[in-house]
Amino acid sequence: MGFLDIDNATKAYGAVEVLHRVDISVQEGEFLVLVGPSGCGKSTLLNMIAGLEDITSGEIRIKDTLMNGVHPSKRNIAMVFQSYALYPNMTVGQNITFGLEMHGVPKPEREKALKEAANLLQIEPLLDRKPGALSGGQRQRVAMGRALVRNPDVFLFDEPLSNLDAKLRVDMRTEIKKLHQKLGTTIVYVTHDQIEAMTLSTRIAVMNGGYVQQLGTPQEIYDTPANIFVATFMGSPAMNVIPAKVAIKDGLPMALVALHDGSEVALPFSQQNMADWAGKEILLGIRPETITDEDAADRKSSNIAHLSNRIVVTEPAGSDTFVTMTLGGKDVIARMRSDADVRPGADFTFAVNMEKAIAFDPASQNRIAP
Amino acid sequence: MSVASQDTAIRTGRAVRTLIYLVLVLFALFYLLPLYVMVVNSVKPLVEITGGGMMNLPQVFTLEPWAKAWSSAQIGVQPTGLSPYFWNSIKMVVPAVAISTVLGALNGYVLTKWRFKYDTILFGLILFACFIPFQIVLIPMAKMLGLMGLAGTTWGLVLVHVVYGVGFTTLYFRNYYAVFPTELIRAAQIDGAGFFQIFWRILLPSSGPIAVVSIIWQFTNIWNDFLFGASFAGADSQPMTVALNNLVQASHGVKEYNVHFAGAILAALPTLLVYIVAGRYFVRGLMAGSVKG
Ligand SMILES: Nc1ncnc2c1ncn2[C@@H]1O[C@H](COP(=O)(O)OP(=O)(O)O)[C@@H](O)[C@H]1O
Ligand SMILES: [Mg+2]
Repeated sequence: MGFLDIDNATKAYGAVEVLHRVDISVQEGEFLVLVGPSGCGKSTLLNMIAGLEDITSGEIRIKDTLMNGVHPSKRNIAMVFQSYALYPNMTVGQNITFGLEMHGVPKPEREKALKEAANLLQIEPLLDRKPGALSGGQRQRVAMGRALVRNPDVFLFDEPLSNLDAKLRVDMRTEIKKLHQKLGTTIVYVTHDQIEAMTLSTRIAVMNGGYVQQLGTPQEIYDTPANIFVATFMGSPAMNVIPAKVAIKDGLPMALVALHDGSEVALPFSQQNMADWAGKEILLGIRPETITDEDAADRKSSNIAHLSNRIVVTEPAGSDTFVTMTLGGKDVIARMRSDADVRPGADFTFAVNMEKAIAFDPASQNRIAP
Repeated sequence: MSVASQDTAIRTGRAVRTLIYLVLVLFALFYLLPLYVMVVNSVKPLVEITGGGMMNLPQVFTLEPWAKAWSSAQIGVQPTGLSPYFWNSIKMVVPAVAISTVLGALNGYVLTKWRFKYDTILFGLILFACFIPFQIVLIPMAKMLGLMGLAGTTWGLVLVHVVYGVGFTTLYFRNYYAVFPTELIRAAQIDGAGFFQIFWRILLPSSGPIAVVSIIWQFTNIWNDFLFGASFAGADSQPMTVALNNLVQASHGVKEYNVHFAGAILAALPTLLVYIVAGRYFVRGLMAGSVKG
């Protein structure tokens, strides 16, 4: 039993099912991020937790109390919306205390709670202003203040940072993380930004097409993605997915991958069970940062393979240089140090950390477990 | 405002601009002419009008016609002036405007934020009220008022005007609330506000521009209505428009044109006032639904 249990929850609009049997159990104090592309059902799931959408089948429980059919205001949750949803006719102070007022909290207590929240978020000078006279970042803080004063069991965030500019978004991200560490509250947070998901969460649910594709810690999701969707959605630049054939050489399973000129290179697997796939096609997943030059190769790795290939494009990005080459007929990106001597059109010897490579079954798209 | 309109104005040459202003001034004069005629003739003795000086400024200035139109002119059989009927109109217009506006706002709220099955069909049916000609409902309405015991009363007229007006007010508020962010309603629900609390505390305070549109529209229509007033009003609930007609149509004695002019201005004054006070919000409110921000 978790603190918040989503048990086989399904949502259908008429005959169209948009969420299929979602099962997530959130522990107290956890920061769960629902991440996925637009339209995958993240907001729908969040609204079901909030009680703003009803549950077609299945159960949602908070602190072991069944929430199906319970009014949003009776669930002891608070929500921060993408548009902030501040009441335009009320001052910041009134916005923050409106929920307390509606719940019949006496005025002195409301004032006290307002002071605490305003202090925590450093918005004391803004309390008498209307939302229209605030900047995006300030509105964001007020929206969080409105959630905080209620002292809810669960905080729900629906893409709270997506209306901010890039710089502010990073600042507020840190701010939210700090707040979570300080207050230790349980949070369910929706975003389509995989970096937000990785940095904020204690656990991530990656969603696509109304299914939870994988539920796990950021590290699990990144290192052992359940399938190609999760592998390519999480991480930037995305994981390279390269068609390859499995063969046995010197008694070891290898991935045979075509270079730019059609010749093949053999990359040894670390997973011995790949021998079962000898003679079959697979998809080889290699993250850009695991393809480097010789000097930058991970010294702790027990399995560095080398391949010589032609550089197609280089994209210097300051701290790193992204190098594009052709492998298995696909564009493959390597993340090099910025001082690596790479030139378009030249041949270069790359070091691939095969310890981190992942094999996918091309039919099911699932990871082949070691 | 002025900055925005300069940005959007089409740049024109000096000659074209002069021409435009000239035409505009001519139009303005043309439209002001009736008002001029009414005002000058309402402040001169009758002899100056019957003498053929309709367009002249008064030689002798007098407010006698205004006083007479207001308090002693013969309306039908009684020499009461228009004043009792003016109050009849007020007693009818104020509740009718208030009720139809609040009902329209509630309808708009429900139709946009508490969607239910077939709500668009229902909205379509409500809109029919905007297109039904007055004449068609006269007889059924008279029957209904009779059944309800409201025949010949001010409240009967209020009911008729509310029923007719609610189609328009619903249309206004529905379109206005359609672009009102639904997330605000959801936030208020989570905050624990109920159906009416959301309406009073969140929605209505943000409805200023469209409320003004609704009030002006309803006020002018109901104040200016003659047909329903003539058909359903009793002797002591007749509105201003009907009384004005009775004043002008009085068959005995001399036709006191100066009193008629003064009476007509009195009858038009409230709507004029409403436009002058709230007119600029009217345009703003009409724009609000179509242009965001
Ligand atoms: N009221 C609705 N009626 C029908 N389909 C809906 C409704 N609301 C959302 N959907 C569908 O449900 C899916 C999930 O939507 P949503 O949860 O908003 O996605 P996300 O937040 O992940 O972008 C989408 O395909 C959307 O079209
Ligand atoms: Mg969404």
